[in-house]
Amino acid sequence: MLEGWRVTETPILEARNLKKHYPVTHGLVMQKTVAWVRAVDGVSFAIRPGETLSLVGESGAGKTTVAKAVLLLEELSGGELLFDGKDVGHFGRAELKDYRSNVQAVFQDPWGSMNPRMRVKSIIAEPLVVNTTMTKQEITSKVLELMAQVGLRPDQAELYPHEFSGGQRQRIAVARALALNPRLVVLDEPVSALDVSIRAQIMNLLKDIQTQYGLSYLMIAHNLATVRYMSHAVAIMYLGEVVEYADGDDLDDLFANPRHPYTRALMSAALPTHPDDRTDEVVLSGEMPSPLNPPAGCHFHPRCPAAMDICRKVAPRVIQVGDSHTVSCHLYD
Amino acid sequence: MDVALGRPEILVDVGERRRAARRWDVFLQLNFLIPATVLLIMVIGAIFAPQIAPYDPLQTSLSARLQPPAFAGGTDAHLLGTDKLGRDVLSRIIYGARVSLSVSLLVILITGTIGTALGIVSGYFGGWLDGLLMRVTDISLAFPAILIALLLAVTLGPSFTTVVLAISLLGWAGYARLIRGEVLKLRNADFVLQARIIGCSPLRIMLTHVFPNVINPMLILATLSVGLVILIESALSYLGAGIPPPTPTWGSMVSDGRGLIDTAWWISFFPGLAIGLVVLSGNFLGDWLRDRLDPRLRQI
Amino acid sequence: MAAAQPLLQVEDLRTYFFTRRGVVKAVDGVSFSLEAGETLGIVGESGSGKTMTSLSLLRLIPQPGGKIVGGKVLFDGVDLLQLSESEMRDYRGSKISMILQDPMASLNPVYTVGEQVAEPLRQHQHLSGKALWDQVTEALRLLRIPSPRERLQNYPHQMSGGMRQRVVGGIAVSCLPKLIIADEPTTALDATIQAQYLAHLKDLQRETNVAMIFVSHDFGIVGRMCDRVAVMYAGKIVETASVRDLFDNPQHPYTIGLVNSVPRLDRKVERLASIEGQPPQLLNLPPGCRFAPRCYAVFDRCHLEEPPEMSASDDHSAACWRVGA
Repeated sequence: MLEGWRVTETPILEARNLKKHYPVTHGLVMQKTVAWVRAVDGVSFAIRPGETLSLVGESGAGKTTVAKAVLLLEELSGGELLFDGKDVGHFGRAELKDYRSNVQAVFQDPWGSMNPRMRVKSIIAEPLVVNTTMTKQEITSKVLELMAQVGLRPDQAELYPHEFSGGQRQRIAVARALALNPRLVVLDEPVSALDVSIRAQIMNLLKDIQTQYGLSYLMIAHNLATVRYMSHAVAIMYLGEVVEYADGDDLDDLFANPRHPYTRALMSAALPTHPDDRTDEVVLSGEMPSPLNPPAGCHFHPRCPAAMDICRKVAPRVIQVGDSHTVSCHLYD
Repeated sequence: MDVALGRPEILVDVGERRRAARRWDVFLQLNFLIPATVLLIMVIGAIFAPQIAPYDPLQTSLSARLQPPAFAGGTDAHLLGTDKLGRDVLSRIIYGARVSLSVSLLVILITGTIGTALGIVSGYFGGWLDGLLMRVTDISLAFPAILIALLLAVTLGPSFTTVVLAISLLGWAGYARLIRGEVLKLRNADFVLQARIIGCSPLRIMLTHVFPNVINPMLILATLSVGLVILIESALSYLGAGIPPPTPTWGSMVSDGRGLIDTAWWISFFPGLAIGLVVLSGNFLGDWLRDRLDPRLRQI
Repeated sequence: MAAAQPLLQVEDLRTYFFTRRGVVKAVDGVSFSLEAGETLGIVGESGSGKTMTSLSLLRLIPQPGGKIVGGKVLFDGVDLLQLSESEMRDYRGSKISMILQDPMASLNPVYTVGEQVAEPLRQHQHLSGKALWDQVTEALRLLRIPSPRERLQNYPHQMSGGMRQRVVGGIAVSCLPKLIIADEPTTALDATIQAQYLAHLKDLQRETNVAMIFVSHDFGIVGRMCDRVAVMYAGKIVETASVRDLFDNPQHPYTIGLVNSVPRLDRKVERLASIEGQPPQLLNLPPGCRFAPRCYAVFDRCHLEEPPEMSASDDHSAACWRVGA
């Protein structure tokens, strides 16, 4: 997947063939593993400093699992994660702590992501309290600085989360994520739960901060238009695998001329922003199967409008269709 | 924001309610005022027993034995009558409140602390620790409380400490179960995940993030336990395994009057009434608290 | 066409919530009409009142606290607000039905799918036996559920999200109502499933000529499904137009702001415009136009008087002092 990829500098985060399999056990006392849920089954990508990589897919695709693995909330079953070129799997305590400070997150749900019993200033200060030896004054001034950065007023510091609107809460979440000066922030559907008129505000805020600090983002999203606005690289996931990938100049090509049939279906399912935009409607039949029992050969073949004989038997390999545009599909082999 | 829309927790405004709603609100007030008053009276009575009680509860008087209450043919000297040793029933009830109150407070403190702590640890860590603790809880809940208390009383000899110990031993399980359930829900909340991402230690997460969010169910259970603890304590006293005489306890007073129900009914009746009133008040208060603290009924 | 009475005519509908902190005017003078077989979209964000409007049509306002305080809802000439509760029940599920957002919450986990689709048929048409099950199967077929006969015995948890939402659709359509109100029916569904579902709803409409009201925050859904659109803000309708007119020529600054703040899939946008401020607080609204605090085109009059709906062109109106003459 990375053969033709432009290696201009060390990516801040590189994933090589990540796998996460959950065992399905049987039996009460002597638990025997009878099957595996292959939530993530060989995912590779790289995030360049200062850029956004989006993982796009529907539920069951495995993108949340990848995000959790990056945040060290899940242990990998296979593959490696490299931070600044170094294998995270071999990190000692100090290096892990350093990693944690450098990799933070903003979650989807602005209601659940904050302790309802803590004031906003404590919420934003917490990373500093736990990880640094800053004095109380230093922390307070840093918190106010962060709040100003995300567009909140200092007099709002004493309030509780429920006194803010959804968009404002996401701002608080962003402020908290920035507290430790991270280099990578995982954004899990950062605007899906917000009102439409607020989404643009938050997306612009995220972009501004990215430019200002040279931050990288790993964004999980399902809305392709949002993805297009925010991303420098896109990986389309289906059932634990990346089926199409593009970055840089080839990104426009991905959107204009998607290769993989699933990507085409996603583009077509993406609701048009104008009633006349009724492009060839690719309506898929069926639903995404469970990662417990993925179909043989190409995982997508049961729903694929262009499925061929070989698709049922042989899993497709990664094919280069542009300088930095790859696809996993027999149609291009 | 859109708090008011689409959610059933709209609270009714003072100015524009309809009359039916106004009646409901008054009931809501009474639902709190009456039990709160009863319990407050009990607390005051217990604290100021020496000042309030007309007589020394231990003072016997053979001449004043088995006097009926003032309103049922007795003298005004003993408002609620006297028992078979001539001791004033009213004074013994007031002093009895001391016992009931101190036992229940101690028990609730002990069981609440231990039960909540175990519930949080169990719910947060899961795994074998959770399994072990829950089996212990199951065993504890499976035993009939009274029998265990009796056993302890017989082994250790009846005393204040024994009673507190006996009731506590079996009371912590309820908290552990309840709190564990709440923690299981909280464990997967985004803000707990965030705390892990920030690098908080499990101890910090349990103290700062989990605990403050389980205080509500804990409080409700504690309030509802008041009545239950007093009932168990009274039962133990009744059975002779409670705090030994001559300390007046409501349970032992009911027991004392057992043989004289048809002739001197007041000896058992009034302490029994006291027990009933306090238990009911505790339950009403607990229900009221539960309704008030229900997250669906407040702004999130 | 003009001579025929519209299927639904809503006039000055007002639904208020009486809360401890004041009166929340969730729906404050909403008027619109709908012809038979037509699809109307009601678009808005939180606090717009769109969900309350749709619930008001069926008189399902959450209690305690909410109350429809004024207006008329004329369905086939009959004012629904004047009916008794039992008369209203005859309408619900049989002549007007509703699809809600979360299919798992809309379905009862302990009853089979067949039972749940049968319920309105039993209730309103008093069917039983073969006639009943034939109709149930037909309802499932209308939503393109494969092998409907076999599905009758399934429980909701045995089906996927998209299939469940189709079952909910089946319940809604079983008595062949004249109007189906769909409140964000696809929010909980994945993109490709959403596309399937909307396509099926369109087919359903073609087959049965049912009128639909689509309540959504998503212009895209509205663009695909609706003939006409009403945009709501803070309890009022701020713009009404045909779908094409709304996209090509939005008049109200809120609509313009919304349309421009949505990222595009067909081209790379450099910078999105965004609407300043927060969604409206419905308690203690200031006088004048409710959008004034966030409006880029605001002037003095906006803060003093609320604008009525002004006609911008044929069949296109907006509640804004800058519109029309």
